[in-house]
Amino acid sequence: MTRLPEKKNRSLVIKLAAIAVGMFGFGYALVPLYDVFCQVTGINGKTDTVAAANLDYEVNKDREVTVEFITSLNKMAPMEFAAETKKLRVHPGEFHTVNFYAKNKTDKTLVAQAIPSITPGPAAEFFKKTECFCFSQQTFKPRESKTMPVRFVVNPDLPDRYKTITLSYTFFDITDKPKT
Amino acid sequence: MSAVIAGHDEHHGHGPEKGILRWIVTTNHKDIGTLYLVTALAMFFVGGAMALVIRAELFEPGLQFVEPQFFNSMVTMHALVMVFGAVMPAFVGLANWMIPVMIGAPDMALPRMNNMSFWMLVAGLLLISSTLFMEGGAPAAGWTFYPPLVLQTGNALPFAVFAVHLLGISSIMGAINIIATIFNMRAPAMTLMKMPLFVWTWMITAFLLIAIMPVFAGAVTMLLTDRFFDTSFFDAAGGGDPVLYQHIFWFFGHPEVYVMILPTFGVASTIIPVFARKPLFGYTSMVFATATIAFLSFIVWSHHMFTVGMPISGELYFMYATMLIAIPTGVKVFNWTATMWKGAMTFETPMLFAIAFVVLFTMGGFTGLMMAIAPTDFQYHDTYFIVAHFHYTLVPASIFILMAATYFWLPKWTGHMYDEKLGKLHFWLSAVSVNILFFPQHFLGLAGMPRRIPDYAVQFADWNMISSIGAFIFGFSQLLFLYIVIKTIRGGTGERVTSEVWEDARKHGLEWTLPSPLPYHTFSTPPTKIPTEHLGGH
Amino acid sequence: MKRTTQLFACLSLMAAGLGTAQAEYALNLMKGVTRVSNDIYDLHMLILWICVFIGIAVFGVMFYSIYFHRKSRGHKAAQFHESTKVEIIWTIIPTVILIGMAIPATKTMLELDDTAEADMSIKVTGWQWKWEYEYLDDDIHFFSSLDEASNKARQLGSGIDPATVPHYLLNVDKPLVIPTKKKIRFLFTAADVLHSWWVPDLGWKKDTIPGFINEAWTYVEKPGTYRGQCAELCGKDHGFMPIVVIAKEQADYDKWVQEQKAAAEAESSAAGREWSKDELIAKGQTVYANNCASCHMANGEGMPGTFPALTGSSVVIGDLDNEVQLVMNGKGMMPAFGQMLSAVDFAAVITFTRNGLGNNVGDVLQPSTVQPLLANSPEDEDEDDEG
Repeated sequence: MTRLPEKKNRSLVIKLAAIAVGMFGFGYALVPLYDVFCQVTGINGKTDTVAAANLDYEVNKDREVTVEFITSLNKMAPMEFAAETKKLRVHPGEFHTVNFYAKNKTDKTLVAQAIPSITPGPAAEFFKKTECFCFSQQTFKPRESKTMPVRFVVNPDLPDRYKTITLSYTFFDITDKPKT
Repeated sequence: MSAVIAGHDEHHGHGPEKGILRWIVTTNHKDIGTLYLVTALAMFFVGGAMALVIRAELFEPGLQFVEPQFFNSMVTMHALVMVFGAVMPAFVGLANWMIPVMIGAPDMALPRMNNMSFWMLVAGLLLISSTLFMEGGAPAAGWTFYPPLVLQTGNALPFAVFAVHLLGISSIMGAINIIATIFNMRAPAMTLMKMPLFVWTWMITAFLLIAIMPVFAGAVTMLLTDRFFDTSFFDAAGGGDPVLYQHIFWFFGHPEVYVMILPTFGVASTIIPVFARKPLFGYTSMVFATATIAFLSFIVWSHHMFTVGMPISGELYFMYATMLIAIPTGVKVFNWTATMWKGAMTFETPMLFAIAFVVLFTMGGFTGLMMAIAPTDFQYHDTYFIVAHFHYTLVPASIFILMAATYFWLPKWTGHMYDEKLGKLHFWLSAVSVNILFFPQHFLGLAGMPRRIPDYAVQFADWNMISSIGAFIFGFSQLLFLYIVIKTIRGGTGERVTSEVWEDARKHGLEWTLPSPLPYHTFSTPPTKIPTEHLGGH
Repeated sequence: MKRTTQLFACLSLMAAGLGTAQAEYALNLMKGVTRVSNDIYDLHMLILWICVFIGIAVFGVMFYSIYFHRKSRGHKAAQFHESTKVEIIWTIIPTVILIGMAIPATKTMLELDDTAEADMSIKVTGWQWKWEYEYLDDDIHFFSSLDEASNKARQLGSGIDPATVPHYLLNVDKPLVIPTKKKIRFLFTAADVLHSWWVPDLGWKKDTIPGFINEAWTYVEKPGTYRGQCAELCGKDHGFMPIVVIAKEQADYDKWVQEQKAAAEAESSAAGREWSKDELIAKGQTVYANNCASCHMANGEGMPGTFPALTGSSVVIGDLDNEVQLVMNGKGMMPAFGQMLSAVDFAAVITFTRNGLGNNVGDVLQPSTVQPLLANSPEDEDEDDEG
């Protein structure tokens, strides 16, 4: 058994184990990578969760895009939630504000988070929000109702094939799981 | 680590320990190979019993035997048990038995780690099986564990996750061991491009395992922290995304299905030449096709998710990439056919199973190609068409090849010949019933039956009934296999087999140059002459 | 038993090589009723035939070899083992075939993806285990779940032969109605777990994902009823949330829209009147069967460890307001039914649970009491709530 290459074994095992550990880390690295990937390709219509700043677009008066607003409640969210405007024709580059209405239907304080999603996905990067209730969690006093504005602009670079952009918000009840 | 590597020498040079302790503390690759194979066979029957619960419930429309939640648990556990308990351990068992012998090594490179990875597998399997008896039932969200549904699992979730960790660590250790053995333990004359294809395919598989099992472990760990520690990897409410899980899972999951099929290719490439009495056609292209398939498996994962709402560019990319897999896979099928062409074939049981594998795996490949087409997958996805497809690539492919390998090498391992008549009976029963079982599922899927449902509309009744009949014939036929194996171990036909077992097998592999049964220790000194029939005898 | 006999009769026919009996069986993908579904069908057939052709060629060679190149016929093995020329040929030919497949596939994919310029939009939300439909352009909104007859028959040991139930497991209480010859865009999301909305006749399925929005479109030429099912495992009753789409000519569709609006008004006026206890219990029994029985079981015994029993439950036989709050807003696995039920249904099911299922509290919840708690439009709500 003199030819057993123990040293070679040891270094090989260490290398292979390092690959395994590295791949475990890679699994986690996929989380931020996926976010970047989504931003680039528009998978799932992920959209910015922080306010866009310094937007100065030239308004394109020759083109109109329909922007639709839809609202959903996750099954655990004991709320009412609606958009005051369902549909808007806008010129790309023009700023608009629409109001959303939400209400806590319980007798307890409620913390809720609205999650935006845009379809078609690739249009998401051209839809810029400068003000949105989804940027932070919302706290509702018992039975409180709120009217919340969203201010947005459509980037005039939006490719011509997109005629309608749908912005969806889903409210989730995160009272037991508030973000820190 | 040094303790693991060093100090296995003292076990060489004498026979096995006596009694039960032999099996618990063994570091001998043949003993461990046996342990893996026996475990795999036992789990094959456990998973098979679950499949029969499923097929019994689906025999007729209406719910006759089980509640839907339990049905979902059966679907989930059947897959987990078959994938992680039967097919993967069976191939590790074959690797343990055959790789050292095939490359002229005395044992695996890391014998103690070998023992540890086996017992970790057992622990993982016991843990996952124990979830069946927990409050809230076993996991019932499918073996893919998609959130948010999987987060509704009862007490079983953390146990299932830890079981996956154990099974993963066990596989990774096994894979490291196999790579170390192939890299460092080969007889000096055994260069890489002379290695038998079974060794080649297992080496590539081992690299796949090291790359993917940790990713899966990571994904299920994220599930665990999402459920218990308020993270939001997959929870939209916290900025996460359930679809992210699917991406991570299938990054693991697609190579994972090749983990189960690549060694299958290796065994088929070993068996067919022996019974065709011809060298394997295209050894080099076989090696490169295997490597290509392994590489492609990392860049096609989203074809499992065509309907989640990807942008068009993603759909098209994953469609094209997936279609590419047909090319190296085609090369393999053509090579096997060319190996048979102008041979002098005989049809002993291993060859029958190998031929059935080539034909039926190719059919699974065809349906795979159909599903690669994204627009048609919008119809096929999550239907029985998919169920038929992956069972064709797993049952009459991987499982049949495992049967073929057993018949092929069992005489070598035990020194006894199996009963050829019974073997052929087992083959024909299996080959016919597996098609009665799975072929109608193509029709069901095309006609609109979703997968993973415990009950169905009445227009699906007839094909389901036929499928269930096939399932019961197939399931009970495997008891015959068990009988044949036990009978062979206990003396078989009484006929003493030669060291070659099969005519001229000596030309095809080092294992046939050794006595039958294989001695407890083999190749304490490396062989100098390597059979090169698979290279055309050069 | 009759079906078993039929089955064997049919099997023997097939074995005899008579294809006639097969006509009754669905063997192939359905063509569907839209241009896209037809394109998908054509693509499916194209690739199927290519596969069949390749299969015949490869298996033909293999079986020729198996028959003629066998040792028992005295065939001597040749010793060739490679041929670069042949290997290159059988790499290139499949590549060319694949390119030939990719071109029509890409075309159909682009068509499927084009949701622009739709005539109307319908939002589809997947729930455990029902579908919610919202017509974004008309004020129509309802839930659609498995019909009562199927639901009764599908219980374990129900004793009802599914063959006697019309459209067993493929029928719903309220179908989705769409106009023909209109491009309809569907928006998909889910309220709890993943689901997948699939009607084979329309040619596609699409996943519904909580928190995210997906879209797809259809254009149906022909009036008719088209059935489908949820295609993504979504828990216990995944197999029991069918989809029924009824396509109507524009005029009939307009009539249906009017009916829906009239029904909604009737509903709200019904909520205003006083209901008797028996009326509420009778109504509540149906509501319970459709909404609650799948978890809490038809007799209210629940499922130990997963779903609590309602019979003798401290919530149900305790304070009325407590139960109303819980049912309205949900808890744990229990969804917020305040979003799903009308005032009448809500009051009826509460009254039923308190006076049925072996409970006997005796009190009654009137729809008129519930109405203000449920009201959903922001305009008429704002004032009285602030005050």
